Amino acid sequence: MKIKLELLTLGVIVLFIAAFAYVSSTQNHEWSGADSQAEGVISDLTGGTYIPWFQSIYQPPSGEIESLLFALQAAIGSLIIGYFLGYYRAMSKIKAEKSAPEKEGKSDA
Amino acid sequence: MHIMEGFLPHPWWEIWFLLSLPVVAFGVYKMNRMIMESRETLPLLAVAGAFVFVLSSLKLPSVTGSCSHPTGTGMGTIIFGPWITSVLAVIVLVYQAVFLAHGGLTTLGANTFSMGIAGPAVGYLVYKAATKVGLHLYLAVFLAATLADWATYLVTSVQLALAFPATFGGVLASFEAFAAIFAITQIPLAIVEGMVTALMFKYIVQLRSDVLVRMNVVSQNTIKKLKEALT
Repeated sequence: MKIKLELLTLGVIVLFIAAFAYVSSTQNHEWSGADSQAEGVISDLTGGTYIPWFQSIYQPPSGEIESLLFALQAAIGSLIIGYFLGYYRAMSKIKAEKSAPEKEGKSDA
Repeated sequence: MHIMEGFLPHPWWEIWFLLSLPVVAFGVYKMNRMIMESRETLPLLAVAGAFVFVLSSLKLPSVTGSCSHPTGTGMGTIIFGPWITSVLAVIVLVYQAVFLAHGGLTTLGANTFSMGIAGPAVGYLVYKAATKVGLHLYLAVFLAATLADWATYLVTSVQLALAFPATFGGVLASFEAFAAIFAITQIPLAIVEGMVTALMFKYIVQLRSDVLVRMNVVSQNTIKKLKEALT
């Protein structure tokens, strides 16, 4: 199988962006979170009588701070992934170089 | 899929806690044992956890005109199984509940069940079935991650429907109402998540196929075939 998974993934992401561009240019949407839309359904179903019985212990004081914390979450995750994949890559390169002379320069890493 | 803080009435929030708690506890036990037995799994565990962190922070717009986010649990469940993945999900859910007011502590049980248990369980079974019938490895990963994501949101719809049955039509009618928001919005996101997970899995196979073989995630034969196809 010589399918380029990278190209396929890129294709899917381009399609995804195109779908967003199309919908946002032809229709009027708020692009709100599905999680908060569920809240609307709950109040429809209960006739607006449901009152949440517990409040979040901490609310980000503004949208900016909320997006900061979300970005932080993504950054921490990406850092860890990048670190270990880079580590693995370097390790396999070193291994290949060490065994290369005996194998007459043929590395399979 | 985050059910907001305080939005699950008694007795539902307790029920989901009771169902999730033993799974997560066993997950912690399994995780500890795995790390003790083979230290080499630790970096992969970190990567799988970080993958959940990244993907679940991305709120993406969907064709329905609303935003939702992938779960990122597919990778963890394929490599480590649903038990350990439930622990990874709890970490992310607690972070989001405490710092972001996204999800909640009272709904943590329900959110853990959908994102950390039900979704990963579906993904795990799909992966096992797909590799058993001989689908291409990356196609199996794609299907597992996509369906794990999608199942998570279906379960959230079920959870909300059970807690808020409609006056006319009961649980089924309100399931339709919640699924109309979650399930359809999630389809394109789940597909993107499946692709990204497959790509990520490819890199892990390239770099540490030895660990994956030892953990019985991928057979030696499959790795051999993948390597032959590359040369």
